Amino acid sequence: MTYTFRFAPVFNRIDQMLDGLVLTLWLTGIVIVAGFTFGVAGALAARANAAWLRAAVRVYVEAIRNTPLLAQLFFIYFGLPGLGLRLDAITAGLITLIVNLGAYTTEIVRGGIDAVPHGQIDAGTALGLTRVQVFFLIVLKPALKTMYPALASQFTLLMLASSILSQIGVTELFHMASMIDSATYRSFEVYAVVCGFYLALALAFRLLFAMSYRIVFVTS
Amino acid sequence: MFRQFGLNELLMLLSGLQWTVGLTLLAFAGSFALGLLLLMMRVARIGVLRWSASGWIQIVQGTPLLGLLFVAFFALPLFGWDVSKWVAATAALSVYGSVFLADIWRGAVEAIPRGQWEASAALGLTRWRQLRQVVLPQAFTIAIPPTVGFLVQLIKNTSLASVIGVVELSREAQLVNGATFAPFLVYGCVCVLYFALCYPLTAWSRILEARLAR
Repeated sequence: MTYTFRFAPVFNRIDQMLDGLVLTLWLTGIVIVAGFTFGVAGALAARANAAWLRAAVRVYVEAIRNTPLLAQLFFIYFGLPGLGLRLDAITAGLITLIVNLGAYTTEIVRGGIDAVPHGQIDAGTALGLTRVQVFFLIVLKPALKTMYPALASQFTLLMLASSILSQIGVTELFHMASMIDSATYRSFEVYAVVCGFYLALALAFRLLFAMSYRIVFVTS
Repeated sequence: MFRQFGLNELLMLLSGLQWTVGLTLLAFAGSFALGLLLLMMRVARIGVLRWSASGWIQIVQGTPLLGLLFVAFFALPLFGWDVSKWVAATAALSVYGSVFLADIWRGAVEAIPRGQWEASAALGLTRWRQLRQVVLPQAFTIAIPPTVGFLVQLIKNTSLASVIGVVELSREAQLVNGATFAPFLVYGCVCVLYFALCYPLTAWSRILEARLAR
């Protein structure tokens, strides 16, 4: 093997990578908040009385979960302009990720809500609480406790999946890796370092979720 | 100047689809083999094997698949191996998939009651034989529905191989789009084709799971 590893050119451009990292975190944060809202709305719609609403959510979830994220991204960024709806890269990327996360979160939240014993809901209704009151006072906290691990891993996967936005030109962390690769030709070094960044982020996310779980649900 | 999106273009997409299926099967074989090895290490009695397998799983699960693909594509030639895009894509998808498969199968093995292990140990079977002849056959049935679900995930993951140039369905779509400039039709068709490939497997996985619950 005649290749000499040289990490210096990559570390010299660490400010570029940090810029990308900041954008990645921004995007991830926005998508998590919006996607979780979509998910809760979807889960509530999946339990609605109206059959058309239940069917609509079912179609949405199945369509998103059975198509790859890259195909969805290309459809929204390249396909919609064919109908006249032109979006810039970041908006298209955000919409794709939010719609995608919403579908997976709908299933997770639905599972969490279904896991609450029905006797609790019956007791709340017997005490005269309205459906909204029952949801916020009785169902929400145990459901959150059940779905927390699945949500945490889904959000971590989302953060990793945000790297796909590099393919439409969003200058997040992975795109910065390609740019540094073009500048320095140190392909292995730059992609290995960026993977290390993602790994550190993923471990930080896991730690954050584990700690918040303990604070919110275990201590009283 | 540019072509209309017609039957020929649809056939080109279908030819891309056949390579998606091919890459999926290759990657599944690789994931299966590596995943089995990781599973053996994960349930081993020797602590070092368990911890290194666990650590490796945590590392790969914290890396984006795109990153793995690029590292495989750029790193393997450094060691002197002249790898094609297919080998790099298969290697990256196999490494990524093996980790998830190992986790799924570990869940299935841990679902087997402890009594099975103890009974087979009392009968004098070595640990290897306990695994092979008592625990794994029972865990196999439990593991089938999530493994089919993993296959769906793998099909979706192969779309990323288009980024390093493997001409499967997503890359073929980009090529057809470049020729026809009908992105809504092209990418719409691609989504429908992926759905047609994935949904039957998802439905089958649910049927298997329901059958198991009975």
